[in-house]
Amino acid sequence: MATKTEDYLGITDYKVIGTRPIRHDGVDKVVGRARYGADIDMAGMLHGAVVRSPHAHARIKSIDTSKAEALSGVKAVITVEDLPLQEDKIEDLGEGAANLRHLRANVLADGKVLYHGHAVAAVAATDIHTAQEAVDLIDVEYEVLQPVLTVQEAMEEDAPLLLEDQTTESLGEDTGEKSNVCTHFRHELGDVEKGFAEAEFVIEREFDTATVHQGYIEPQNATALWGADDQITVWCSTQGAFTVREQTAQILDVPVSQVKVVPMEIGGGFGGKIRIYLEPLAAILSRQTGRPVKMVMSRTEVLQATGPTAGSFIKCKMGVDKAGKLVAAYAYMAYESGGFPGSWAAPGAMCIFAPYNIPNVLIDGYEVLVNKPQTMAYRAPGATNAAFASETIIDEICEQLVVDPLEFRLNNSAREGTRRADGPVFPRIGNEECVKTALSSEHYATQLSGKNRGRGIASGFWFNVGLKSSAAASVNSDGTVSLVEGSTDIGGTRTSIAMQLAEVLGIRAEDVKPQVADTDSIGETDVTGGSRTTFATGWAAYQCALDIKEQLIERAAKLWEISADDVVFDDGTFSSSDSSKTISFKELAGMLDETGGPVMGRATVNPSGVGGAFAVMVVDIEVDTETGKVEILRVSMIQDAGKAVYPSYVEGQMQGGVAQGIGWALNEEYAYNGDGLLANASLLDYRMPTCLDLPMIETHIVEVPNPGHPYGVRGVGEVPIVPPAAAVANAIYDAVGVRMTNLPMSPGEVLKALWTKNGGNGTA
Amino acid sequence: MPGKVHVTTTINGESVEFLCEPRQTILEVLRDQLDLTGTKEGCSNGNCGACSILVNGEVIDSCLMMGVEAEGQELLTIEGVASTDGLHPLQQKFLEHAALQCGICTPGFIVAAKALLDQESNPSEERIRLYLAGNLCRCTGYDKIVRAVQDAASEMAE
Repeated sequence: MATKTEDYLGITDYKVIGTRPIRHDGVDKVVGRARYGADIDMAGMLHGAVVRSPHAHARIKSIDTSKAEALSGVKAVITVEDLPLQEDKIEDLGEGAANLRHLRANVLADGKVLYHGHAVAAVAATDIHTAQEAVDLIDVEYEVLQPVLTVQEAMEEDAPLLLEDQTTESLGEDTGEKSNVCTHFRHELGDVEKGFAEAEFVIEREFDTATVHQGYIEPQNATALWGADDQITVWCSTQGAFTVREQTAQILDVPVSQVKVVPMEIGGGFGGKIRIYLEPLAAILSRQTGRPVKMVMSRTEVLQATGPTAGSFIKCKMGVDKAGKLVAAYAYMAYESGGFPGSWAAPGAMCIFAPYNIPNVLIDGYEVLVNKPQTMAYRAPGATNAAFASETIIDEICEQLVVDPLEFRLNNSAREGTRRADGPVFPRIGNEECVKTALSSEHYATQLSGKNRGRGIASGFWFNVGLKSSAAASVNSDGTVSLVEGSTDIGGTRTSIAMQLAEVLGIRAEDVKPQVADTDSIGETDVTGGSRTTFATGWAAYQCALDIKEQLIERAAKLWEISADDVVFDDGTFSSSDSSKTISFKELAGMLDETGGPVMGRATVNPSGVGGAFAVMVVDIEVDTETGKVEILRVSMIQDAGKAVYPSYVEGQMQGGVAQGIGWALNEEYAYNGDGLLANASLLDYRMPTCLDLPMIETHIVEVPNPGHPYGVRGVGEVPIVPPAAAVANAIYDAVGVRMTNLPMSPGEVLKALWTKNGGNGTA
Repeated sequence: MPGKVHVTTTINGESVEFLCEPRQTILEVLRDQLDLTGTKEGCSNGNCGACSILVNGEVIDSCLMMGVEAEGQELLTIEGVASTDGLHPLQQKFLEHAALQCGICTPGFIVAAKALLDQESNPSEERIRLYLAGNLCRCTGYDKIVRAVQDAASEMAE
């Protein structure tokens, strides 16, 4: 079915799009009735637990499960031997990819453990306490190896190798050289040497960013039942039921049709709930026992063994000419992969210089194995690290030029037609509009005063993704529509999707009943990730509505005994073209039986018209020079949503991204000791922002419609986390005159920087 | 392992009896034995507040209270916040203000905020932030949660 994008772009008199209905799943979630994965209980259900490595890097010499098996109440114990062998095969997970052999070895260690907390064995028992006792009874003998914890160490020639067969793929070719460097890629635009030679001045710095976790409040969980008919059902918390089905089927070596994944409500994901961890373990434990097996991670396990996202080492260099135009930029971006290949330097490289029109760019990216959990996506993965580097340098350039940082951004702004260093030419984007909105904001116009206070600015970009989505909808006789879709709802997307269907049919958002379906009940739908859900699944719902509309036009034509060509539909009412007859959507819905039976719409999409998202943050802070603590005084996030379908929840994404970005900026880090053991695997010590750490978060939604979507949607989930770290760093500089180049900018780091600035005399 | 202990307590206004092992937390009893799964487990060591319940009107992390300690106490969980008359103003305001995204922390926030509003009719923003600092939300940045609590307080004061 053709989509006439141009018919909808620029329309401002939407009836449903842009309104703020109460979300459909809201009541269940405020009364405690919503069903999350850990809420499952079933007759005969067993509880599973996982044996995890106490070492960061070790060879497994033996595993003795006999004592655990002898414990009363223990029903099964498994190790990697119970998982079918896997050959090297790269599987696309929707946001990131995985080699199945590595995925298997991450689910249960195969000969070697590669990080503290790496799963080694799993048990199922009649209750969780017995399962945990059994875990303690499993004896694993290790040969401890030297851990490698930073990309710099891991890239040294004589560094211990994590994966003995890993070679470097450099510029698309396998070098055959054994190394912890999995990938080296390069993007080139123009002539960077010539560009730097023409520069009036150049700023160059090095940046280190810590490993951080997505920090969702709901731990990973999975319950599986391997039926006597070999049908496997998995209930779990995931961003994508279909990718869980695919990964689980592959790891179990069964056809996908043998696995049904039921996505439960999900308590946060942010990119961290895409890869499988527990699902195949629960399934195999179920097969061995004939009973459903439930597994729920503890918070320690979540921090030790899931996520996190990559720490990084970035060298960044930018040059400007006499006129204040950026002429050249270079970035060396080395990102942690964790224990297995696959990291986030590539998306970081797509974003690092994206807000600017720079004719000469060179980017070298490296993805490097270290003895940490295999890294996962985290909200615009790779881009926060990258923007921390580039946006700090932009700030320094502005300082040297003595220009307003927003004016500088306008003067150097990427816009429609600008080519990004990694290739794509921007279509219509809202970069300049975001900067202009920041410039004219009340926040920016308000003078900041006070000792040790400063204001920081940073821009950010995230490209967003499209991917596959499916939807099906049935018209009910009371004029409502039941909508079935496949995107797990992490933050109000049932409603933002339903609203796009309602808009077409001229009904209220409340007249649509959306539900998220399992993998047997809807067409394939990719992950809730990449800021794609309102964009792509919303598009599927829109197409569904068009399908329904066409069918109802036929019904009206039949009712009136005229040609369908003579029926028009506008604002919820069908009319004959001579206007002699009209019938509302609701009335016609009540007459389906007499006009031919039920009406269903269906659609699948795999849209290409993705619109990238830009954001600008303005933040005011105060530094306590006695303690080094940074307080956030005021913060504004300005972001191009394309079209904000459901503004309350667009604001929510913006505010949530800012909060996570501020946590990343100021507090959050994986603290490993010298042996590579994670020293802060609790939410007391892995310090995420509380409501006392933050002020209200002001939001400015900019709407530059994406020409690639019927309602102009871009996608809003990820880009707001990109600017905060750099914006806070720039504010610290403005406040106390120190350039922070490491994340997090914790009190100790700020104090150190102040002492260094003041000649190292130990006082600020 | 010693035998199970018989506990008599009041939950959401109803008298409840249960048997539990001394090592079981009240969170585990609520969720796994009494089917009150609205109370969530986020960290099991008192750092995230997802398991907040009220005990004699005071907010506590139910992961830090043993099941046997419930003897003779009055507990309120998220399931007891709404009444037959409808949602509690806090629940209604959380919906209107879009103060939840994934919803996993929401029961804990509503229960904790109820404890605050039961004690103070007009708390300042600072007071709300201080009182709710034991509840982590990773989705919202807290802005809409604080506004929902402020709005609920205003409505309840009317």
